[in-house]
Amino acid sequence: MTDPVSTEDTITKVTMPKWGLSMKSGKITSWFVAEGDEVAEGDELADIDTDKITGVLESPVPGVVRRVLAETNEDAPVGATIALIAPADVPEELIDEAARAAREELDSGAVDEVAGPALGTVRVDGRTLSYATLGTAAETVLLIHGYGGDKNSWLFVQEPLSARATVHAIDLPGHGDSTKDVGDGSLDTLAGAVAGFLDQQGIERVHVVGHSLGGAVATAAAAREPGRIASLTLVAPAGYGDQINADYLRGFARASSRRELKPHLTQLFADPGHVTRQLADDLMKYKRLDGVQQALDSLLGTLLNGDRPGIDAAGLLREFTGPVRVVWGRADQVLPAANAAALEGRAQIAYVDNAGHMVHMEQPSAVVDAVAGTLDG
Amino acid sequence: MARTISYREAVNEALRQEMERDGSVIIMGEDNAGGAGSPGEDDAWGGVLGVTKGLQQRFPGRVLDTPISESAFVGAAVGAATRGLRPVAELMFIDFMGVCFDQIFNQAAKFRYMFGGKAVTPVVVRTMYGAGLNAAAQHSQCLYPLFTHIPGLKVVLPSSPYEAKGLLIQAIRDNDPVIFCEHKALYDMTGEVPEDSYTIPFGEADVVRDGDDVTIVALGRMVSVAEEAAAELARQDVQAEIIDPRTTSPLDRDTILESVENTGRLVVVDEATPRCGMAADISALVAQEAFGALRAPIEMVTAPHTPVPFAQPLEQLYIPDTQKVANAVKKTLDWKK
Amino acid sequence: MTPTQPAKATSGLDQKALLEAYRTMRTIREFEERLHLEFATGEIPGFVHLYAGEEASATAVCAHLDERDSIASTHRGHGHCIAKGVDVKEMMAEIYGRVTGSCRGKGGSMHIADLSKGMLGANGIVGGGPPLICGTALAAKHQGTGGVGVAFFGDGASNQGTTLEALNLASVWNLPAIFVAENNGYAEATAATWSVACDNIADRAVGFGMPGVIVDGFDFFAVYEAAGEAIERAREGGGPTLIEVKFTRYYGHFEGDQQTYRADEVARARASLDCLKQFRERVTASGRLDTAALDGVDGEVAGLIEAAVAEAKQAPVPTAHDLTTDVYVTY
Repeated sequence: MTDPVSTEDTITKVTMPKWGLSMKSGKITSWFVAEGDEVAEGDELADIDTDKITGVLESPVPGVVRRVLAETNEDAPVGATIALIAPADVPEELIDEAARAAREELDSGAVDEVAGPALGTVRVDGRTLSYATLGTAAETVLLIHGYGGDKNSWLFVQEPLSARATVHAIDLPGHGDSTKDVGDGSLDTLAGAVAGFLDQQGIERVHVVGHSLGGAVATAAAAREPGRIASLTLVAPAGYGDQINADYLRGFARASSRRELKPHLTQLFADPGHVTRQLADDLMKYKRLDGVQQALDSLLGTLLNGDRPGIDAAGLLREFTGPVRVVWGRADQVLPAANAAALEGRAQIAYVDNAGHMVHMEQPSAVVDAVAGTLDG
Repeated sequence: MARTISYREAVNEALRQEMERDGSVIIMGEDNAGGAGSPGEDDAWGGVLGVTKGLQQRFPGRVLDTPISESAFVGAAVGAATRGLRPVAELMFIDFMGVCFDQIFNQAAKFRYMFGGKAVTPVVVRTMYGAGLNAAAQHSQCLYPLFTHIPGLKVVLPSSPYEAKGLLIQAIRDNDPVIFCEHKALYDMTGEVPEDSYTIPFGEADVVRDGDDVTIVALGRMVSVAEEAAAELARQDVQAEIIDPRTTSPLDRDTILESVENTGRLVVVDEATPRCGMAADISALVAQEAFGALRAPIEMVTAPHTPVPFAQPLEQLYIPDTQKVANAVKKTLDWKK
Repeated sequence: MTPTQPAKATSGLDQKALLEAYRTMRTIREFEERLHLEFATGEIPGFVHLYAGEEASATAVCAHLDERDSIASTHRGHGHCIAKGVDVKEMMAEIYGRVTGSCRGKGGSMHIADLSKGMLGANGIVGGGPPLICGTALAAKHQGTGGVGVAFFGDGASNQGTTLEALNLASVWNLPAIFVAENNGYAEATAATWSVACDNIADRAVGFGMPGVIVDGFDFFAVYEAAGEAIERAREGGGPTLIEVKFTRYYGHFEGDQQTYRADEVARARASLDCLKQFRERVTASGRLDTAALDGVDGEVAGLIEAAVAEAKQAPVPTAHDLTTDVYVTY
């Protein structure tokens, strides 16, 4: 490529990603690459600290890292150019020019607002269900969070997947911005909410990704309408195997202050450093909302049968014949990875190192890869 | 869904949502609607600073304007609370407690104990406090220590819109008498507040900022002053932990003590005058319970022991500021035996 | 403001109601006379203010009240408590500072209350009750129960700002509230004729836009009729009334008061005006009740008070545990 016009086009701006609705800026805590390094698409470029959690930024393209613009420990607004990747033959002058413009933008803070996911609500069975949608591609992916989570827990997954699918993340009843009343709190009620969402959106075919309780809900939804579900990706799903950390679940449900909650949250991650004050604060803010305590108590009754699992998703999965992928953190302390044995032979299973129960937050690329693999067929 | 609203709107929203939820919640105070009996607009004011604006139209008959008669209407709120209502009375300025204090501290505060545990008095007295609007000596005081002194009262000092809404809803649902102190200089402060109703429990401090070098306990409006000071100190590699007790009664002793046990240094920042106040109270607590952890004498940053002055330069000197807080922190860091 | 006409006969009350009224008045008298004796033995702690001589007021007003209604009382509150149905044995135990008392021994004579019966407590603060009654009346109005609030207060409290503010607020809000000014002639040791700047407390009603009436406090029926009219008006939305009940207290401000400020009015009142004496004469003269029935009540009441004192003396006192409990509903 020698044409200067086209070479300019081949400079890829690596920008500060928008991981979640509330993210306005991020801090690069460490760069894994230096100027001059050659990278492949998907290579890890940097650790980025949002106020909620630290995530890994991957390279969007193959090429050479020509400039690193944001310094380590620098705060950069979402959408700001933090590095430039281009083929080795793009002339230095063009790179300099692009770098100067980017640096000016960074210093002035005048970065165009990046559109985050589009928020919406639907009414199902008298409840309001809230969701966030990113991407416009033909295939549709639905992300279902776990117990006590919400649509924002997919912050590192929804964005990368949105390049190749329309990705919806919903708040189950009792969670996020959805109505807090969960009725009888049964798996059937939750699966009904998911089906209602698909009906309202006119979605006829969907790849469903569910984490933990959301994995069981995804399975139940697939059992209800096997023809509608193109694939299942189950991330540390509930309802498989016979191990469950009942103490964690009860502790989470009962904690009434940040101080009580924090020790429980550390069990969610392989690296307890992921439990930031903001994560704990946000969860406490959620737990203080009217109706949430009743919802959590009710769902706890679904998740547990004494100290044993209260859900049998494995039985429900027999109704579904489509492809199933499973992603499980080896360091999962809530639903241990040994539970995955119940899916051997039925699903393609990825065990993930350095990940606890929140695989999609701790090692999001493992989840993204699984879903992408399914989309690729 | 959290959106950004002001402290004033957060208070209004808490009142509105609780009045919607519970028909026994009524509000009363001087010009809470405004314009009663006048030829012009009904709901003319919505309180002297517009905090209760719009509630009269939404809840006819449940927003009661009163004569300027604090003893009568604060007492009426207390009496109504013993008979099944959940009244929220507005004592316009905390300085006016002098003309109704009996109904609060001899009546409401005592019923539970004095009647052998048989009384339930779920009354809230909302009141404005604090300097910063050049309102001078009788409209600017921080008198919450006087209420904190009285067993039987709960005393709340929201420092942000989020705390204002959650603490007020808790106050209204609480079955004890609550003095809810709103800093008049915070009404325009904005912050993220969930649209849904929520409660913040009393007696649970907020750790506003983590740090290992010094503990700053700050109250009400002083929380943001402490945050500014901490940001400045962070640039000098001093990491301050900031604790907002949120309620002075009950007081979250554990969070304060745990923090001081970690940092070994304490600075208490309070806009109230120093004698027999929260700064002295918290200092005494730490001196008594965490003496061994202290690496430097405790510092108190408070107003001087004077009435609140009128003239702007004097009032600015009166109110603790970022520089005074930063200086106090440095004093604890530089201290040598 | 017009003085009511003295009630001619027995206000149309039936035998049962008359006997009940007599029983209440006799119970208050017996309770107070006994306390006067027991206090002198030194066994009763604290301050005790006796209502003897004033029985007709509490009894006649409360005869119109039911569970919808609430009252606030004063430091001289035993009579109001008994008339509103507070358990007499629990009251006695409270005055003795026993854990079986109305307030578990944590209130004493000046704070006996039973909120379940709408009795908001005797009150140690002169003028403490009237604002509270604005609130209970407001609650009744808001809830549409038809209930009323009654504030009993003395000639001393009639000069307190709280009382005057409450009168104004009750009128401004058109509350179902009744203000009963019990003018027994003295605020502590100060004569009402000196401390109240106008001729009658009821004269002040004009300034607050409400009816004011004066009644003879020794005449149960006069109080009964005046209170009945005011309470009926309040229940029907007609707003508050100020009733001044004039009489004399039989004992000092508190037990132990040497009363060197007084002349011989007590002896004269006891001899000729006493509410129980008048009541007996009226009901027997009208043929409604006979002496035997009234004497029967006297005997029963004497037994009740005797038992109340005996049980109170035997009852356990509060323990260290009680010192710090019940400051709050939740902590």
